[in-house]
Amino acid sequence: MANTYIQIGSTVTVGVLGAANIDFTSIPSTYTDLVLKLSLRGTDAGNYVNSRITFNGSATGYTSKLVYGLGTGTPSSISNAVTTAVDYSAYGTGSLATTSTFGSAEIYIPNYAGSANKSLSVDQVSENNAVAAIAGLTAGLWSNTAAINQVTITPSVGTLVQYSTASLYGIKSS
Amino acid sequence: MADTKIIVNCETGEVTELELTAEEVKQREADAIAYAKAKADEEQAAAEKAEAKAAIAERLGLSDAELAILLG
Repeated sequence: MANTYIQIGSTVTVGVLGAANIDFTSIPSTYTDLVLKLSLRGTDAGNYVNSRITFNGSATGYTSKLVYGLGTGTPSSISNAVTTAVDYSAYGTGSLATTSTFGSAEIYIPNYAGSANKSLSVDQVSENNAVAAIAGLTAGLWSNTAAINQVTITPSVGTLVQYSTASLYGIKSS
Repeated sequence: MADTKIIVNCETGEVTELELTAEEVKQREADAIAYAKAKADEEQAAAEKAEAKAAIAERLGLSDAELAILLG
């Protein structure tokens, strides 16, 4: 891995109690971009479960759109119905999917410490040894000019199960 | 058992596991209700759109394949 790709904080592994959310706080402004790598499985009774992303504890100013495929039929898209978070992102595996499988997601946040509104992209896929799974790309915007110092990942329904993980990295331009 | 949240302080590297406060639990419940409603609304809108599309195709005498070609 390039030496401009530096882990911030430590990798979080959800314990036996599960977790309602994972919250990275006090993120330094010393990097160019942020990357969050997630391996998630939720308690929701579905084959996959989406998560919401919020910044700095704010619950306003978010918009997003997901383009996705389900392995059958034609790909489709969905616009975020709420403005309180970037929704339809960071998909994990739901409790109906194959036991002990986890979804994978990468969230990329360029220019997170700049003074412009903050954009992000999410590349995600759930895991299931059956037809029902999802692969998708989410484009999101947080209309706020503050530097991002906190990132919170919250499943839209239920909680994250044991062994779900989250790792935050900072990207430096040189 | 109360739900917990995991907090990573990126300055100190400290990882803390805390129970949600009553306020957070309340917010979480409200979010879940809002999410369920938004999802139901989207599904209904998609179903209505599909129904309207099928009705138009029928009026025009088009098959699904022909309609797909037209819509590109």
